[in-house]
Amino acid sequence: MTRINFPTLLAAATLIVTAAAAAPVSYTLPEEASSLKPGSNVEVVKNNCTACHSADYVQTQPRGPKFSKDFWQAEVTKMIKVYGAPIDDADVGKIVDYLTANY
Amino acid sequence: MIDRREIIKRAGIAALGAATGLSSVKAFAVDTVTLPFDNGERPLVKYPQKRPMIGLTARPPQLETPFAVFNENVITPNNAFFVRYHLADVPLNIDPDKFTLEVKGKVDRPLKLSLKDIKKLPAVEITAVNQCSGNSRGFSNPRVAGGQLGNGAMGNARWRGVPLKLVLDQAGVQAGAKQVTFNGMDGPVSDKTPDFVKALELDHARDGEVMLAYGMNGEYLPVLNGFPLRLVVPGYYGTYWVKHLNEITVIDNVLDNFWMKTAYRIPDNDCHCVEPGTAPKSTIPINRFTVRSFITSVADGAKLKRGTTTLKGIAFDGGKGIKEVAVSSDGGKSWMPAKLGKDLGKYSFRQWTLPVKLEAGAHELKVRATSNGGEVQPMEALWNPAGYLRNVVETVRVTAA
Repeated sequence: MTRINFPTLLAAATLIVTAAAAAPVSYTLPEEASSLKPGSNVEVVKNNCTACHSADYVQTQPRGPKFSKDFWQAEVTKMIKVYGAPIDDADVGKIVDYLTANY
Repeated sequence: MIDRREIIKRAGIAALGAATGLSSVKAFAVDTVTLPFDNGERPLVKYPQKRPMIGLTARPPQLETPFAVFNENVITPNNAFFVRYHLADVPLNIDPDKFTLEVKGKVDRPLKLSLKDIKKLPAVEITAVNQCSGNSRGFSNPRVAGGQLGNGAMGNARWRGVPLKLVLDQAGVQAGAKQVTFNGMDGPVSDKTPDFVKALELDHARDGEVMLAYGMNGEYLPVLNGFPLRLVVPGYYGTYWVKHLNEITVIDNVLDNFWMKTAYRIPDNDCHCVEPGTAPKSTIPINRFTVRSFITSVADGAKLKRGTTTLKGIAFDGGKGIKEVAVSSDGGKSWMPAKLGKDLGKYSFRQWTLPVKLEAGAHELKVRATSNGGEVQPMEALWNPAGYLRNVVETVRVTAA
């Protein structure tokens, strides 16, 4: 190993990575365990939200009075404006209502 | 003892009696973990190349390290290292022989480097902590939106690769260049979603420490930690440590995409904090870690034998190194200096130990680190809207009998 003016460099070590070539990988992600709670408009939420992320993104958010309708409205708006989620105007209210009622 | 830090349950059994978090984690019978904040129940999930991890989200995958792992070794094993993706198009089939790192933009000689080319360059190593910006967000009070993590979105590894400076010098950075941007093979599901691209100031990118890493603890990077190449930015939050790195662009302006301009921002004041529940006047991109320390040998709620117990833990900061770790066994009234372990470099976890004598009864154990830069952990948590930079003095409540 060559030292090249690297102040925090530690002592040399023989590593597996230097000896063997990296092998191709084919990785399988486990199946998703989380799902949306049943409720009014759950299909609308499924169709609009789950193409990009799993249901646990919703499930794990904080609860309580500050995480009610205004919070979910802001989240849905963020998904549309920031992440470019193609959500029809007609669906926005349904999604917010479902999230407020169930999470 | 019952580990209140992460209460681990078996399917159908309310709580474990005798087993600690670690031994439970090693068993496959366990299936959920409860982090100590509201709505903290998480599945314990098993991914290829990983031992059972705390599952935050499945798609894109976000996995947190069970806290007991930090007591095993000052180096976090690859199979327990946390995982954080932003976008769900994760590269799953990777042929390192076909992998190419492109270096372009304001350079004299644009480069296309294979992994073999990169491995032919003189290798360097550094032991450095990677910590997610959102680590510990679940403890924010008041709570804030985002990934609700406990304290396990951090890890310490020995990274091997080449200094970014070497590659930038080969490419020949042109006069007037300001920043270097980093893009990985992972991408969004929708082309309307901003791709995850991050930027460092040119001087930082050329400091000789920022590294293109292919090795982690003597092996190639695990797939979910960025195989075959990732950026290592010692002392800086993980948001800059771009995984599956295949595109480096030198630019003569400041990257103003969502991931730099809107997300990952902290208040632009000395404490990088605001009155809880309020918004900052102005913000800057998140940068170096705050100084932190943890007790790893004893979990919150533990029942100990009275008498002498040797406490053990870790401390780290954003790159000055740890000067001192002090421990209190009386809720912060008095402090004793801990003995620091082997120095693995200023970016590494620093192990500490201290024997304490505990009489029968309840005790509040606290640990407080001071960096070589004089930064000290605060006794009360600071707050910011994104729940970043948490570094309050941690408290572990135990009972001795």
